[in-house]
Amino acid sequence: MPANYLPTSDEYLRILPEIILILTGIIIMLIEAFRGPKDNPPFHAVTLGGIVAAFAGCFASTSGPAFHDMLAVDGFATFFRVIVLIVGALTTLMSLSYLDREKADKGEFYGLLLFSLSGQTLMCASNELIMIFIGLEISSIASYIMAGFMRDDKRNNEAALKYFLLGSFATAFMLYGVAWIYGITGTTNLEGIRQALVNNLPTIPMPAVGAACALMFVGFAFKVSAAPFQVWAPDVYQGAPAPVSAFLSAGPKAAAFAVLLRTFMTAFSPISNRWEPIVWGCALLSMLVGNFAALTQTNIKRMLAYSSIAHAGYVMIAVASHSEIGTAAAMFYLAAYAFMNVGAFAIVTQFSRKGERYVNISDLAGLGKRQPLSAAMFSVFLLSLIGVPLTGGFMGKFYIFKAALDSDLIWLTVLGLLNSAVAAYYYLRIMVVMYFNEPGEGTALAEAPSMGMTAVLVGSALGTVVLGVVPNFILNLATKSAAMFR
Amino acid sequence: MTLLDLTIFLPLIGFLVLILMPRGNDELVRRVAIGIAVLVFLLSLGLIGPVMSAPKDFQFVQNTPWIDVMKINYHVGIDGLSMWLVILTTFLTPIAMLVSWKHIDQRVKEFFAFLLLLEFGMTGVFVSLDLFLFYTFWEVGLVPMYFLIGIWGHDRRIYAAVKFFLYTLAGSVLMLGAMIFIYNRAKTFDYVEILKNIQSGMLTFTHTEELLLFLAFFIAFAIKVPMFPLHTWLPDAHVEAPTAGSVMLASVMLKMGCYGLIRFCLPLFPGPAHDCAPWIMGLGVIGIVYGALVAMVQPNMKKLVAYSSVSHLGFVVLGVFTFTQAGLDGAVYQMLAHGISTGALFMLVGMLYERQHSLEIKSYGGVGTPAPNLTTVFVIATLASIGLPLLSNFVGEYLVLQGASKVNMLGTVFAATGPIFAAVYMLWMVQRVFYGKTDGNLHMSDLTMREYIALVPMIAMMVWMGVYSQTFLPAASSQNAEILKMSQDRRTAVADIAKPGQQEVRDAR
Repeated sequence: MPANYLPTSDEYLRILPEIILILTGIIIMLIEAFRGPKDNPPFHAVTLGGIVAAFAGCFASTSGPAFHDMLAVDGFATFFRVIVLIVGALTTLMSLSYLDREKADKGEFYGLLLFSLSGQTLMCASNELIMIFIGLEISSIASYIMAGFMRDDKRNNEAALKYFLLGSFATAFMLYGVAWIYGITGTTNLEGIRQALVNNLPTIPMPAVGAACALMFVGFAFKVSAAPFQVWAPDVYQGAPAPVSAFLSAGPKAAAFAVLLRTFMTAFSPISNRWEPIVWGCALLSMLVGNFAALTQTNIKRMLAYSSIAHAGYVMIAVASHSEIGTAAAMFYLAAYAFMNVGAFAIVTQFSRKGERYVNISDLAGLGKRQPLSAAMFSVFLLSLIGVPLTGGFMGKFYIFKAALDSDLIWLTVLGLLNSAVAAYYYLRIMVVMYFNEPGEGTALAEAPSMGMTAVLVGSALGTVVLGVVPNFILNLATKSAAMFR
Repeated sequence: MTLLDLTIFLPLIGFLVLILMPRGNDELVRRVAIGIAVLVFLLSLGLIGPVMSAPKDFQFVQNTPWIDVMKINYHVGIDGLSMWLVILTTFLTPIAMLVSWKHIDQRVKEFFAFLLLLEFGMTGVFVSLDLFLFYTFWEVGLVPMYFLIGIWGHDRRIYAAVKFFLYTLAGSVLMLGAMIFIYNRAKTFDYVEILKNIQSGMLTFTHTEELLLFLAFFIAFAIKVPMFPLHTWLPDAHVEAPTAGSVMLASVMLKMGCYGLIRFCLPLFPGPAHDCAPWIMGLGVIGIVYGALVAMVQPNMKKLVAYSSVSHLGFVVLGVFTFTQAGLDGAVYQMLAHGISTGALFMLVGMLYERQHSLEIKSYGGVGTPAPNLTTVFVIATLASIGLPLLSNFVGEYLVLQGASKVNMLGTVFAATGPIFAAVYMLWMVQRVFYGKTDGNLHMSDLTMREYIALVPMIAMMVWMGVYSQTFLPAASSQNAEILKMSQDRRTAVADIAKPGQQEVRDAR
């Protein structure tokens, strides 16, 4: 019956966000190609429009599989798609004044951003290893270019090159793992792999499956910057343009975690006793490396990079607990993390000034006096990163540790809790500089944030506080979506 | 919306109002802030009547869902134990504002806003009946205090603020872990329900679990109390904080730890509490003597008062872990009395600092001649702090010693040296500051009207608490009896099960 092989209209609706994002990206590239040298088309408005349309597109279809189970558009996918799109929207808003300031090409930037986003939303919905790979590549290749977007800047070049080389390497690992698992199970569909593993558990060559699983874990762990595959993150986040660092630290990370969760909760669930200890170690190592390295940093971007490694460690705790509630906790945490981390990078973007000359912590001295609103917002993000109650960061951590204790990961919980106390030190250091030190050169000529930037700051702060004070709605969503993985 | 809810949330509303007020009009900010604080105090007085009529039960209970997914409720209530602590908080907040009236001239709006936020957090701690809610309030109080010390403090303020924050946070994260552990077993964060389940034996932990849970809670509270040897953050925080910060820190924030010990550690984990009691009492006694001895050699007035706090709070720890009615009553009374007397001392030291810009004892001398009224008030507060009969601290210290004497006579003897040493270090300071040669201090002004308004209520409370303890004691006392019963009952039950030959039965459970 050939008719069965044709996708239904419902199935097209299920990739509507990707279609919209890619079309918008192409439109932007076309405008860029045909604009006159003096024109200044409103790229940001088009981008934002595209993202908002894609956002609406996420809710246009009913849940269900698409294209022969290559994609699974469910609550889980929608949840992560929304996170990624919000990160994209915030990045767009904050890039506006940044690109003006740095006199950079806008069309190209927004085009790349949209392509990268489309890759990430695709990852969120992928239900099949090849789709995961394609999504990952679309997202990564665009973000490699974004990391080196200021072509004349040495730091940008370094960041892009490192990101590209190490990223390709990690992708190769993952692809090798995909090949192995296909060889063993004869399928690339996640659910199919699970079935194959369950049905043939006694006869399957365990070392081979374990190796395949480990190879794929290496690839994912690289993308989420979890130790010991984190070495690229500090250099890339420090070198890349600040809005790109914001984007990289939240968007691809959320998407990669979506893929990691989906793969390990479904396909590799039958051999969970093999990978749980590895994830356990990875979580602990990420927290230790991230937090203790962040303690001594003087560059804010680098410090936030290490902090993002530590936060990947917290999410890894949720993965290690391998339970419904663990998945829900990871989802909630990544949502909260998107707001607070993008917000923090937005502050860096704003006050680094032209050429990003002021990116040291000491450059923020006296920000509390000079720019009270920005400083207050930054404090909200920092308190949330510390994990003080009534912020999203706290609720997320709380939920993660609850999941971990549910799964009897007592030591990991204790070490994680102590780690979050250590982390408080370096976040507090920024608050000390902002509020307790006298204003210095760095903030002397600091401008008030532009409209777009204010929207990013206020929006992120609002998101952070709402997730901390009235988390019911999002928690419910996360819990319901996570219930699919049994 | 009960009266209690209003008392909790009005300061938060005040905080938001102040933050949104335009910059520049400092006088208006001060007035609005103190208006709100006084209103909160008046409202909180309305709590007294209903609670006094049935101090054993939680009054003004409000129990509404907050985060459904985890069955976290906004569950608050007030009983005889928490009521006076709440009133202490609402009483001291406007007074702390009064003493900062002129002294704080930088970023006035933020200062008063943070004081209100602090009040919100501290009041919430005393009335939360949901562990999650309790933790939330516990941490919320941390942030404004961090800023109060860090922005408006003295020279080493940054070090002190960070140390304060990290110490408290490090202690409390493990408490959070313990709370989640309890939740996973009990399927609720509700304190009342957990307590009921523990009492009825529906919720049991193994011996090790219980001990570790107890320690997680205990260390968080012991840091806050602060108990020797976890006290090292306190002298720094106290000395570097602005006057209002020191007052709120010493008078109320430390009591959060003491309150936690009584409210949570005793009834939830009576077994390990009894097992550890001798050690903890030992540390309490060491704290009393050590604090007093260190206070004696301090050249800095604020530091001296800070170490005297370590000594006074040793009494609270000692009293709580005697597991006697008198000891517990004394501990609670000492918490209130210390709040008043030490609060007053910090205010007075702050006033001296405003006049002379020094905290060193040696830069004073003969202050009594130009400022006789200030001297009088200072001496009264000193006498109260020493524990002179008919003044506030005597009642608490006496009761604690009485309770302790039933348990451990040797410890009591050592603890009793506390008030003696207190007389030495306090009176010696008074002598060096207020008497003797007056060089350089002749033009020091005496108390102003504003300072009188702040100090007179404190003095009145010292006398009232010393002369007629019946106003304050019965409410707390009946609740203490209840808590004591809860921690004793299970003790005997556990002892029964643990009889020889039945050890396995308990382990199997």
